[in-house]
Amino acid sequence: MNTAIMVVLVMTGVGLIFGLILAFANKAFAIEVNPLIEIVEEALPKGQCGACGYAGCAAYAEAVVLDPDVPPNLCIPGKKPVADEVAEITGKKSAEVEPQVAQIRCNSGIAESTKKYNYVGIEDCIAASLVQGGPKGCQYGCMGFGTCAANCPFDALSMGENGLPIVDQKKCTGCGKCASVCPKHVIAMSPIGEPVSVLCNSKDKGAAAKKVCSVACIGCGACKKSCPYDAITVENNLAVVDGKICLEKCNNPICLEKCPTGAIVPLTEDAKKASVVIKEAAAKAKAEKAAQAAQAKKEEK
Amino acid sequence: MEYFTLFMGAVVVNNFVLTKFLGLCIFFGVSKNLSASAGMGIAVTAVMVMSSALAWLIYNFILLPFGLTFMTTAVFVLLIASFVQLLEMVIKKYSPALYNMWGIYLLLIATNCIVLSIPLINVESSYGFLYSLVNAVGSGLGFALAIVLMASCREKLRLADVPKPLEGIGIAFIIAGMLALSFLGFSGMIG
Repeated sequence: MNTAIMVVLVMTGVGLIFGLILAFANKAFAIEVNPLIEIVEEALPKGQCGACGYAGCAAYAEAVVLDPDVPPNLCIPGKKPVADEVAEITGKKSAEVEPQVAQIRCNSGIAESTKKYNYVGIEDCIAASLVQGGPKGCQYGCMGFGTCAANCPFDALSMGENGLPIVDQKKCTGCGKCASVCPKHVIAMSPIGEPVSVLCNSKDKGAAAKKVCSVACIGCGACKKSCPYDAITVENNLAVVDGKICLEKCNNPICLEKCPTGAIVPLTEDAKKASVVIKEAAAKAKAEKAAQAAQAKKEEK
Repeated sequence: MEYFTLFMGAVVVNNFVLTKFLGLCIFFGVSKNLSASAGMGIAVTAVMVMSSALAWLIYNFILLPFGLTFMTTAVFVLLIASFVQLLEMVIKKYSPALYNMWGIYLLLIATNCIVLSIPLINVESSYGFLYSLVNAVGSGLGFALAIVLMASCREKLRLADVPKPLEGIGIAFIIAGMLALSFLGFSGMIG
């Protein structure tokens, strides 16, 4: 009996002491949380994609409220409405959000590429890339196992029949999650409405690139020379189009005609039409030239 | 030398996870990726050392003199649970960076058997204060070693072709068994 009372007393005492200590500590170490953080977090899309550069929506909300240097327009999936809302809540100046979409910088489907070997492992790009850099002939190209599509938080990517992912421009928020999981870094974020792009990621020299893929960029620089706006740069045997310059200045993409392999691809409807016109004009000019030459030869005779 | 033997013994020979099978819930719960498991290992070690020190003081200065040693387990449970809570508050207040790293693990540890077992073993074997601390550090690092090994295996496993019925936790148990088997090789080496 005595022991039982003892036990009850001691446990009550100990529990009381620890409880009091905790209660006191709760007051002493209380942290004032800015209520704005929660409001900002509510306003964010909660894709937890990390495109803002923070660990998640909550981390960005905290940063944007507490740090005056963090701009309110970092949420790319949220686009302008969210940026405006966050700006209003935090009292910061709203700025333009550059709308972006994912772009698969490889146009080499099953028909256009060669195969190194037959891969029979897990259907996952990261797994496949561990085996000699993947089964594709080109070590820079899209392997087509759809890791990007599986990781898209907004369901904007699907795998096409030719083994390349298709971006649903309406669903894509430009968060860049797919680009971060792609072991080949073949996905780039590009401005919405970019008229043309080099859909190739190969840094191999011309002949080597051409050997494994019929639509590879061989880094010849013909497009660069033809571009009047300096929108194209060639580095490591790979031409890259600065979509912003194209979008702002160019409405006559002559680079499309100059590319010997067709690695530059028109992306918008306008660019596709323009490319047809340019190609027709070029074919006409060529035919005329040939006719002229034939005539000159005739006359010489 | 005595301390070193105790330390090595706690790390590998008497590894708490792999030879005594304590702390298995966090061992399986947090060993899915390497960085999280390393964080967990460090958090467990730190909490173990601090709670061992506290428990030793309480045992030797309160429970023992008043003849309440039969209540050791109950008191230690209370002590560790509240201490971890307190630690969480203090870290949250003074080091938000550390809290971001540890915070989620701390509450998982609060009621874990592995943290409770060290102070209990310390007092049962009537270790001195320093001896208790060395034992706690060793056991904590042993836990960290085990969970990091496990996480490395499971990270590799993600790419392996596991039979359907064994996917996930099933294969994890098999791996743990194999790790335990290999740690059996250390038994009898020290103490």
